Amino acid sequence: MHWIKLMFPKTSCRRQHLPIWQVCTQRAFSSHLPNQVTDGRVDQPSPQAEAAAEPEGLILRLPKGTRDFSPKQMAIRENIFSTIVSCFKRHGAETIDTPVFELKALLSDNWGEDSKLTYDLKDQEGELLSLRYDLTVPFARYLATNKVLKLKRYQIAKVYRRDQIITTKGRYREFYQCDFDIAGKYDPMIPDAECLKIMHEILSALKIGDFLIRINDRRILDGIFTTCGLPETKIKTVCSSLDKLGKITWKEVKNEMVNEKGICPEVADRIGEYVQLHGGVCLMEKLVQDPKLSQNKQAMEGLADMKLLFEYLTLFDIVDKISLDLSLARGLDYYTGVIYEAVLLHQQGDHFKESLDVGSIAGGGRYDGLVTSLNPKWGEVPCVGISIGVERIFTVLERNTGSWETLRTTETQVLVAAAQPNFLAERMKLITKLWDAGIKAEMFYKKNPKMLKQLHYCEERGIPLVAILGQEEMNNGVVKLREVSSREETCVPKEKIIEEINKRLGK
Amino acid sequence: MAEEDALKKQADLVRRLKQEKASSEEIAEQVAKLLEMKAVLSPEEGKHKFVLKTPKGTRDYSPKQMAIREKVFTIIIDCFKRHGAETIDTPVFELKETLTGKYGEDSKLIYDLKDQGGELLSLRYDLTVPFARYLAMNKITNIKRYHIAKVYRRDNPAMTRGRYREFYQCDFDIAGQYDAMIPDAECLKIVHEILSALQIGDFCIKVNDRRILDGMFAVCGVPDSKFRTICSTVDKLDKMSWEDVKSEMVGEKGLAPEIADSIGEYVKLHGGLSLIEQLLQDPKLSQNKLAKEGLGEMKQLFEYLALFGISDQTSFDLSLARGLDYYTGVIYEAVLLQQPKE
Repeated sequence: MHWIKLMFPKTSCRRQHLPIWQVCTQRAFSSHLPNQVTDGRVDQPSPQAEAAAEPEGLILRLPKGTRDFSPKQMAIRENIFSTIVSCFKRHGAETIDTPVFELKALLSDNWGEDSKLTYDLKDQEGELLSLRYDLTVPFARYLATNKVLKLKRYQIAKVYRRDQIITTKGRYREFYQCDFDIAGKYDPMIPDAECLKIMHEILSALKIGDFLIRINDRRILDGIFTTCGLPETKIKTVCSSLDKLGKITWKEVKNEMVNEKGICPEVADRIGEYVQLHGGVCLMEKLVQDPKLSQNKQAMEGLADMKLLFEYLTLFDIVDKISLDLSLARGLDYYTGVIYEAVLLHQQGDHFKESLDVGSIAGGGRYDGLVTSLNPKWGEVPCVGISIGVERIFTVLERNTGSWETLRTTETQVLVAAAQPNFLAERMKLITKLWDAGIKAEMFYKKNPKMLKQLHYCEERGIPLVAILGQEEMNNGVVKLREVSSREETCVPKEKIIEEINKRLGK
Repeated sequence: MAEEDALKKQADLVRRLKQEKASSEEIAEQVAKLLEMKAVLSPEEGKHKFVLKTPKGTRDYSPKQMAIREKVFTIIIDCFKRHGAETIDTPVFELKETLTGKYGEDSKLIYDLKDQGGELLSLRYDLTVPFARYLAMNKITNIKRYHIAKVYRRDNPAMTRGRYREFYQCDFDIAGQYDAMIPDAECLKIVHEILSALQIGDFCIKVNDRRILDGMFAVCGVPDSKFRTICSTVDKLDKMSWEDVKSEMVGEKGLAPEIADSIGEYVKLHGGLSLIEQLLQDPKLSQNKLAKEGLGEMKQLFEYLALFGISDQTSFDLSLARGLDYYTGVIYEAVLLQQPKE
């Protein structure tokens, strides 16, 4: 019966004073469903034998940058997801799911420089595969594969990046993304505005504190660069330097641009004049009047759409949290229009400052060319979307441990208990009635459990009711119903027990 | 440069296969690989059609399929929660060494990650080994947990049956030392509740016990060394007739025909409490300590199943022999009674 010990033989014996614990495990659903390949395996040594033969010093650990979720963490996570999904559904989104890996050729093409951070699968004489890096490229592939022209979808799933691990900031290598995207040709800026409205709704509902949504537009940025005399080939690399502007000063950014990226200092200065600007509608008016920028067709296009967007955001009543920020550049290559990023703020004296510890907590933008690049014959499917950085939110929220202390990990409503020995059969009969009536109930897996232990269990787990059986109760044809919080006990006639329980549970 | 060399080698291979008139499937597979390698090296050249599919053995779920799936998962999870289970989650990959040596011959079906200069990793093959690792790492002795997640096996999908390499498993397990058969009975109650709630048709849950099987083989005269191989043959009784099964035992596995016949007398038996009582009185079986232990607990189990109200759909079936590798006691399997119309 030393099943787990047989699987990992060196663990429980590592230190002398630890008892060798025996663990019995039963399966309700076997992982060993009829296996397609393997009738030939019977003559192989059993896994137990092989495990016992494993080398000394087998350490049990998780891969770097990954983690298990305990029941408590799952309860918190489920809480957060349900808030997010309610919001997506409130806005009419459907959901899809895609495989955890994609063909390597698909991914390596669309993530550019970042593709050195992908997890590749070993070449095992099949297709070359990589674990998905985000949910956007799979989404575009889904649209192209299924020839879909319009779709409003959300997808919540884990993605994989061999990135630098900073667990205190919620930066793991396996982490959840919550994406919402609108694909399809529509009138300008309306879906974009709705995306921002959703981002605002979610971040507000999650109660993580004050936040700010910075927005910009690729066309405005490109227009600025061109106006400042930046060669097109340097745009990408300058964007990545600019992106650091929140974390380092302009001086340091300029330094990087000039000394590491070979940008002419005058060009850098000109760029600097623009990208340090942020504000609202007035900033936009000012830029439209700017003598140099107004010559640039792209920039003007971007600014016109930005003006429209601000009008819509005002109608959606979220404009107070929005800031046009010309330094926002965002990493990914495939953005073609508006881009945005939400950051947490914390109060420092009179004003709010960006909370640098977790970085951005949501982001997104418009990417009109991605689907076409995958299937040029199919025509354009413009897309705009958001991605909620739920791991970072999780990290922030987990810190407020106080609010999660009462969060239960189970939903059990009734513990079926016995006051005396030899009541197993009666407990089983009663609990069957409860289960069949849809009531969530548990009982101890002991023939003769102790009353005190059963009551403690209820307190630990937050179970509100106990249904107690005993000789006296049997004789009188009743079940004693105890409220755990008040410790009040009532005798309920057997036939009425379900009705009474439902009443107490407020159904 | 290494990639270009590999590309040239692959192109040569394709040319050679075509010359040797290899099977069209094999050629297609190698051509696909060649196109893939070309796509990685020079992205512009017509890779579009090639990448517009999910990897072999995987699929997307459309909104409609997701709605159905969500409905099914809700029914299943409601049942788990009704029985007081918590849930956990583990990473999609484990250290390769964690999975090594746990799956016997099936190990060749594990998806490995490329060695990219860090740890060697593999995609999880089931949810049981990760569960065991979780318990061991966190020194947990008691837990009742469910886990619904995808697992990965590099099976060779049979074209007609549409088998997948990425698929969901819904596991529920009770870990801990308890009085015999009570948690086992609850597991069966859960199977019953879920299959009923899903309304997929009439079903039967076959139950057996490794100790009874081993005891039975012993009293029939099967040599210890042949226990497992005979087990695997017995397991085929749900697909083959007894004649064919006996034939395999005698012809392929070298069992004496009389021994096979003895086994035959037992494995055709299935029933409820009365069968268990009958076997407890069986002159041969009652001499075998292991069989007696298994039968005693089976009796206990069936008494509990009656209290849980599920006797009608459970059957003590001596021909059930599946996947005995790490099972030590009771084993069970639910089957649909009516095949869905094609």
